[in-house]
Amino acid sequence: MINRRHMILASGAMLVAAPATARQAGQPASAAQRWGLLIDTSKCGVECTVCVEACKAEMGLSGHDRPRTDAQYVRKVNVRDPATGAAHSVPVMCQHCAKPPCVDVCPTGASMKRADGIVLVDRHICIGCRYCMMACPYKARSFAHEDQSGQQPHLPRGKGTVEGCTLCVHRIDEGKPPACVEACAARARGAMLFGDLNDPKSEIAQKVAREATTRIRADLGLEPGVRYQGI
Amino acid sequence: MGALAVLITLLALPAFAADLPQWPKAKGEACIAANDVMRREHPDMLKHQRDDTLRLGIRGAKASLKACVECHAATSADGHAVPVDAPGQFCQSCHSYVAVKPDCFECHATTPKATVREASR
Repeated sequence: MINRRHMILASGAMLVAAPATARQAGQPASAAQRWGLLIDTSKCGVECTVCVEACKAEMGLSGHDRPRTDAQYVRKVNVRDPATGAAHSVPVMCQHCAKPPCVDVCPTGASMKRADGIVLVDRHICIGCRYCMMACPYKARSFAHEDQSGQQPHLPRGKGTVEGCTLCVHRIDEGKPPACVEACAARARGAMLFGDLNDPKSEIAQKVAREATTRIRADLGLEPGVRYQGI
Repeated sequence: MGALAVLITLLALPAFAADLPQWPKAKGEACIAANDVMRREHPDMLKHQRDDTLRLGIRGAKASLKACVECHAATSADGHAVPVDAPGQFCQSCHSYVAVKPDCFECHATTPKATVREASR
């Protein structure tokens, strides 16, 4: 019989031996996987912006010192329940919905969902209409208003196209976790857990099966791949 | 008359040769295909690959703009990578010769990945 202590120990062992493997060259992304995040807001400090800074560095996002329009793939939202005074700091990025409204409204097919559930913008055919930005209830997408420089080779980005969190698709395809998750574990309190929600053996799938988790605006029925705990 | 034509051609040759595009040597051993194939077909190769990689998630394709840049970006005397779309560099030298303006580098990185940025993360 597995008692509570053994269960916790087993889950810890799973965390260390995260079964992240790179997909073989030539193989397409598969619907057998559903990449997701679980964010524990009780571990998320109000002042902490480690995930935001890691994202900017990884993606080569350089702003023009205009916070309202500068590209931001993940932002910290500080919320407070006026009835109880309970305050939380919540990192919000593209929620990688199973039924993404940005994909529904895109007139060119640039806004797309990959087979493994990652929602991306195909900038090759994005015309910059920004319908997706209006359709997204999570305010997850940004628009590049000006000529860009200093792009990272793994993340092309340019003027006149919409962009957003890619769940670090270039890292996932190499078998690595997203940059925000890695940075949070290394330099903050490890509030973020990344993994395959479809794999019953993965830490994240076991945790969402075991514990109470929520999705932001679950009432919209978009079935995001990003889940939260503690809000 | 024939000798005059040959003479004129010979005199004109250096003028043509001076206008031909020149670019820094690539880092790698050999390209993924012969020069004449690459010159004619690289736009089609890259256009096909970009859809496979972005939309289907197929990595490790033979043709890749990232790999082009990694191999063909020159390094300046002070150790910095020179953008491939700078005048006289690999991409720009030929494209300006044939009067083609590729859109690739409005979005894509023109130098290989900066290792400094990676380390500071």
